[in-house]
This record gives sequence, structure tokens and C-alpha cells, in this order.
Amino acid sequence: MQPDNFLGVALRTVCAWAVTLLLFFPLGWLVLTAFKTELQAIHVPPLFVFTPTLDNFTEVQRRSDYLLFARNSLITSIGSTVIGLLIAAPAAYSMAFFRTKRTRDILMWMLSTKMMPAVGALVPIYVLAQTAGLLDTRTALTVVFTLSNLPIMVWMLYSAYKDIPNEILEAARMDGASLWTEFRHVVLPLSIGGLASTGLLCLVLSWNEAFWALNLSSAKAGTLATLIASYSSPEGLFWAKLSAASLMAIAPIVVFGWFSQKQLVQGLTFGAVK
Amino acid sequence: MAYLQLEDIKKSFGEAHIIKGVNLEIAKGEFIVFVGPSGCGKSTLLRLIAGLEPITSGRLSLDGKDITHTPSGKRDLAMVFQSYALYPHMSVYDNMSFALKLAKVPKDVIQTKVEHAAKTLNLTNYLTRTPKELSGGQRQRVAIGRAIVRAPKVFLFDEPLSNLDAALRGNTRVEIHKLHRALGATSIYVTHDQVEAMTLADRVVVLRDGLIEQVGTPMALYDRPANQFVAQFIGMPSMNMVEAKAIPSFSAQTGGRLPADGFLGVRPEALRVHPGQGLGAPARVELIEALGADTLIHIDVGGVPLVARQNERTALQAGDAVSVELDPSVLHFFNREGRTVAA
Repeated sequence: MQPDNFLGVALRTVCAWAVTLLLFFPLGWLVLTAFKTELQAIHVPPLFVFTPTLDNFTEVQRRSDYLLFARNSLITSIGSTVIGLLIAAPAAYSMAFFRTKRTRDILMWMLSTKMMPAVGALVPIYVLAQTAGLLDTRTALTVVFTLSNLPIMVWMLYSAYKDIPNEILEAARMDGASLWTEFRHVVLPLSIGGLASTGLLCLVLSWNEAFWALNLSSAKAGTLATLIASYSSPEGLFWAKLSAASLMAIAPIVVFGWFSQKQLVQGLTFGAVK
Repeated sequence: MAYLQLEDIKKSFGEAHIIKGVNLEIAKGEFIVFVGPSGCGKSTLLRLIAGLEPITSGRLSLDGKDITHTPSGKRDLAMVFQSYALYPHMSVYDNMSFALKLAKVPKDVIQTKVEHAAKTLNLTNYLTRTPKELSGGQRQRVAIGRAIVRAPKVFLFDEPLSNLDAALRGNTRVEIHKLHRALGATSIYVTHDQVEAMTLADRVVVLRDGLIEQVGTPMALYDRPANQFVAQFIGMPSMNMVEAKAIPSFSAQTGGRLPADGFLGVRPEALRVHPGQGLGAPARVELIEALGADTLIHIDVGGVPLVARQNERTALQAGDAVSVELDPSVLHFFNREGRTVAA
């Protein structure tokens, strides 16, 4: 290896490690804190070596019924993913294969709804939910999660479908396939990767959604995001319990994401590399 | 009676008129080739017949039935696409049997048909593979097999050889020719390659700007082109086209049959090049292209570039002074508008 080349590689390696550690540090600190007592958690200077305890986790479950929140998270995120896919798949299909002059505009319009801060729609949606008697219900959260993820889902599926050559669909049509057979036997198997990664992303986004969950739900339909929030303010700061609650909230989705990261990355870079 | 009949077929995409009124009758068992330069509408015309694009106006009938508005799956046509358009997630067997499966043909019948087609096309050992495990030529054969298995009323080929390399293209062309001999199926074949058109077709349809220029057997188009366009499109290298007054010596050799303001068309093989000054028009050799079996001699006759072809090899070299004679029996005469005038 040439010296200047070596220097470049070394420099880049150091930078990469620095950035990685910087990004990982809060998460690592969270994990450490979750296993400390409250006293150890606020100790100055910070403790790196201590005897770990599981008290925080049992305390969280005892005080605020972790399993209830976990179930709410599970139901709302899976529900919104399934409903979202059912709506987004045919929408993207029609836009990818039956383009009109307005297709581009419609796609941009959908994306533009994500550019408005969510708080701008808070009052109308809150009033709608209240009038419909859906405040603090999983139905309301599922519907709102679905709607807020729909633009991204349509976009991702649109690009997945666009990768399927039109001639293959025409061949299926010549072979006598109806619209449904064509979708079922040709489009679906060819876009299964895109569908999977779209579903995964939607699942992660819904699971982590905090804004609408905090505003539209509380004790009954609250998700894990609201559970974490409940440990922050009113009773003062309990760092260790807050950390334990956070860890319990993010653990399932982190484990899930770890096993599906190949699908996720593939979906997010769809059409980017070819 | 015509098996497949096109009556005043028109197609527009918005303001763009792509097919401007095509009338054509195709007999059962005929091999028809649509040929023409890029953008002449030949592929669009095929897609209209296939039902992949709606026909703007006109009437299309097959075997006595009006199919103008019939969806493509119900027209009983099979198409071989330029990109082959195989189903990438299915095995060769599934690719070939897909249409039959959709038509609810019994499984044992499907198996017999697919195995028979695979044998014809030398694909028996590849039935369990997926398209990406096949070479270009094999994919092409699967695409043809997928069409054969269905035994459709008409085969449609959309530039099926243009993705193959030159050697394979020649072989596959011969295979398609033999296959048509064996099956006797009515076929429409789109290409921009006039060699494919000449070798495969019972009749060639020359298209330009959405209109038919001429329909005829390959030799009829070669010997009796209707106009300058067809004359120059068919034949390789293309016909030399000389303005009537450009080479006075040529005008004299035609015996006064050439219209005064028209064009003289000379096939490269109808030019005789003699070394040195002699009878005929004085010329200069610009370039020699020795192709082995025959030789192309590019010459300059008083500022007009011409190409001559001869079967014999030549000792001539670029820069040599030569004289050029015409073979008076195979000349073509065109009027000012480019239409052939009877000699």
C-alpha cells in the first residue's frame, strides 16, 4: 500500500468510527442507564462500571402495564401496514402501468402532504376524532398512521412496479391474463421484494410514531411511544426508569429491523442503483 | 378470401398521426414482413393487430370475425417480443405453459404440448431453468416456444432478432424460416433489417410515415420497386440514384427512356467497371471494399458518387481512372416525384 493511500484509508476509517460512535453513544448510554439504580443514573461523574439491576423493568411493568401498551403498538402498526398496503398497491399499480398526463402531479401532491408539519393538521383531526367518538381508540391511531404513511408507501411501490418491464405485462395480456391474473401471477411475484420492504418501513414508522399517538390517545389506546413519554415529566425525572421503558419500547422493533435490514435497504434504494 | 384483413386502419396518439390508413389482406399461412425505417409505424401497426394499443379508426377482422375491439387475450394471437418478455420468476416450462394454464387446458395435454414444442426448439434439457440461467439465443427460443405451444391463429414477431449478435441472428433466422415451413402458421414479422425481410417473407410490406409504400414478394420489390423509397430501401448496398442530367453519358446509354427531369436508378450489380479509358462514362476509383465473395467498388463519376458490385476480385486501386457502363436490361426510371415510370 502506498503511504498517501494508507493515510487516506486511515483517516476515513477514523472518521467512520467517530461518526458511528457519536450516533451510537446515546443508545448505548440508554442501555447502560436502564440497568442502573436511580442514584447511579444521576451520579457525577457518570458510572461505567456498576452492578446491573433489573428492578427498573419490573417497576415499569408494575406501574404502567407495559404489555397493554405493547399490544396497542403491535395492533396499530400491523393494522396500519396491512390497510396501507391494500390501498397503496393498487394505487401505485395504476400509476405505474396506466400513466396519464397527471400521474406525475398526483405523485408530487401526495409527497407534498408530507412537507406540511403534522401539527398543522392537529386541530381538525383531533376534532374529527372527538366527534366520531374515536379519541383514545386504536381505530383512530390505525387510521391516522395509515394516512400519514400512505404517500411514502405509494412512492415506494410505484418505483418497485416501474422496474417491471411493460413488455412482460403485455406478454401476459397476450397469453390471455385478466387484470387480476396479471397482478396475481406476474406483478405480485416480481414486486414481492418491494412490497416487503414497503411493509417493513411502514411497520417501523408506525411503531415509532409519537406525535399522533400522544395527541389522540392516553391510557386505553396508548402505544409504547406514549409509555416512554409518561416517564419524563410530571413526577420529576426518573432516568433509570425512563431508560428501561425506552429500551423495552424500542427493543422489539430494533430486533425486528436487525433481521429485516437487507429488505429495508433494498427497498429504500429501489431504482437508485441499476 | 383474406384470413386477416386490415381496412383503413388509423392510429393517433393525441395530435400525432402514426398510422394514416392502412389496407392489407393477409392469406392463411402467409409469412408477412413489415419493414421500414425507424418511426415508420411498423411496430405500432403490429401492436394494433395484437390489441396492445386501441385502434383509432378502421376495421380489423380475423377468420371472418371483427376483432377491432376484442381484448388481446381473446384474439387468439401469440407475440414474440423484442426483449423476449419472458416471465423472470417462472421456469421455462411454466413460461411456455402459462397461456394454456389460463385457458384451463388439462394438465396432461399441456405437458404433451410443451414437451413437443421443447423438442422442436431444442429446449428439452432446459425446462426447469429460469430465464436468467439461459443464453440470449435460448431465451429467444423459449419466447418462440411460448407462442408455438398455443397454436394461435397468427404469430406476431416484433423485431425478435435485434437483441442477438450477428452470428446467432443468422442461425435463428434460418430456424424461424424452417419453423414456418413446418408449421405453416400465418405470421407477421416486424423488422428494420431488409435481409430478414427478403429471406423470410412470402410478401413484404414496406412502410413509411404510417402508410404502405408497396406490398409484394421480395423479388418483386427488388426488381420492380414502385418508387425511389422502396428502390433504395430494398437491396444492400442500396440502389444508386442519379439525376437525369448529372451524367450525360448515362443518359445516352439508356436509349432515351429516362424522363428529362427524373432519376435513373442503377443497382450496384448493374454497373460494369472497366480499367482505363474506354466505352462508358469516365470515372475514378474512390475506395475498394473486398468482401471475399464479392467486391464493392466506390467510384466518382463527374462528381456523382456511385457503388458498383462485382463477383470477381479486382486489381483496381483507389485513384485509378476507369470507365463505367450500365447494364441496360435492369435499369429503373423515376419521375420528378420519385414514382417509377414504365420503361
